Amino acid sequence: MAYPPAARSSPPRQPSVKVILASADVQRVVDRIAHQILEKTQGAADTVLLGIPTRGAPLARRLASRISTFEDVVVPVGVLDITLYRDDLRRHATRAIGPTQVPSGGIDGKRVILVDDVLFSGRTVRAALDALNDVGRPASVQLAVLVDRGHRELPIRADYVGKNIPTALAESVKVTLAETDGADEVKLYGGTHS
Amino acid sequence: MIRHLLSGADLDADTATEILDTAAEMATVAGREIKKLPALRGRTVVNLFYEDSTRTRISFEAAAKRLSADVINFSAKGSSVAKGESLKDTALTLQAMGADAVVVRHPASGAPHRLANWVDGSVVNAGDGTHEHPTQALLDAYTMRARLGRLAGLSVAVVGDVLHSRVARSNVLLLSTLGAKVTLVGPPTLIPVDIAGALAPGTDVSYDLDAVLPDVDVVMMLRVQRERMKDSYFPSAREYSRRYGLDGPRMRRLPEHAIVMHPGPMNRGMEITPEVADSPRSTIVEQVTNGVSVRMAVLYLLLGGNNR
Repeated sequence: MAYPPAARSSPPRQPSVKVILASADVQRVVDRIAHQILEKTQGAADTVLLGIPTRGAPLARRLASRISTFEDVVVPVGVLDITLYRDDLRRHATRAIGPTQVPSGGIDGKRVILVDDVLFSGRTVRAALDALNDVGRPASVQLAVLVDRGHRELPIRADYVGKNIPTALAESVKVTLAETDGADEVKLYGGTHS
Repeated sequence: MIRHLLSGADLDADTATEILDTAAEMATVAGREIKKLPALRGRTVVNLFYEDSTRTRISFEAAAKRLSADVINFSAKGSSVAKGESLKDTALTLQAMGADAVVVRHPASGAPHRLANWVDGSVVNAGDGTHEHPTQALLDAYTMRARLGRLAGLSVAVVGDVLHSRVARSNVLLLSTLGAKVTLVGPPTLIPVDIAGALAPGTDVSYDLDAVLPDVDVVMMLRVQRERMKDSYFPSAREYSRRYGLDGPRMRRLPEHAIVMHPGPMNRGMEITPEVADSPRSTIVEQVTNGVSVRMAVLYLLLGGNNR
């Protein structure tokens, strides 16, 4: 497992931007999660990957394609939009809803792995669990995230974590992917504490 | 997002497209075992119907319930309205009960606009007099887009009693916003002078159905309202049906891909023959199904967030 170089202290005044994962790192991390999924699920049998929009969706497709490269198994991939299940729906202007695509085989009795880019408060995952409830009854549900930045507000943890990034609440983590933003990168936008 | 949906003209192209896209996602819920979404949990939708209606009221009720809203049905018959309560007092009563949205159908054109000034919640026009019926226009546009893949550049003939049709008015407004070209077809007595220019420049008027048919992508037949027949807008039902009814031979003169629509309820044998109504080109049943998805989208976009 590749550990990050020790955090350097950034110059105090201006807000800092730090690249946590560069393009090649993101690909290595995705490869590692794919291997871990194969290991933990005994070859990804009866497994369905569901990406949470926006960036969970391409991540899920990448994981499926890496898994089929490594072990020659086809893992069904889908997209699970959680907008209508959010607990903060009423606190914002109406949000546009995204597509939900459940693989044709359904999810009943399968092992569903939810895929998202950043795990933070855990509220997105809670909404995804509720949404899953209305789509079918999986045998079990796991969670894979590219980045875990801590500060959970709900009793939720990930089964597969690409990278743990200790953060302050004032900081923000931004994941960009080639499919949605043109390039793979994980950046930490600093707060004012340092 | 807008606060009320009163007219087809309330929607610009972006908002209308957002509603249609949202409706497409809502439609996938209908295919699931659990046809329910939690988005409007704890919100109250009142169906305020001063006119008889089956499909529109049931469609709004199904849409609100699929989004987990509480639905109160209020029909004028057997209510305080029968005792002489005014629209304003009824509105204030609903307001006091905490209605988040009022879906209103009223025989007077403009009643929903008045209502919108009296209540804090959102008002959705479900048909007012001979004025507008915007959710019908949205579900028609949705159906056209689903069948033909696009709306921009489509040629649509709206045939029949345009004078009394709120469906026609809302469709002309919405379809021209979305880039389709509408031709109003019917006897001169049933097409108001200058209506095309008043609603949307670029709209055509024709009194000859047979001349229009070969060039259209969509034919939308309007119901001939039986109560109008005694008002001498046309000499006889048979003559109307012969000149403006859609039968098998006329349908076969349409382009290969063209579809036939009708907002319902139909008078079979009057404006449309059973052969046409039951043909694969007819979208009449789909329109009803799509109506629920489109109304879910409208209710979600009006009530789902904090838009105040």
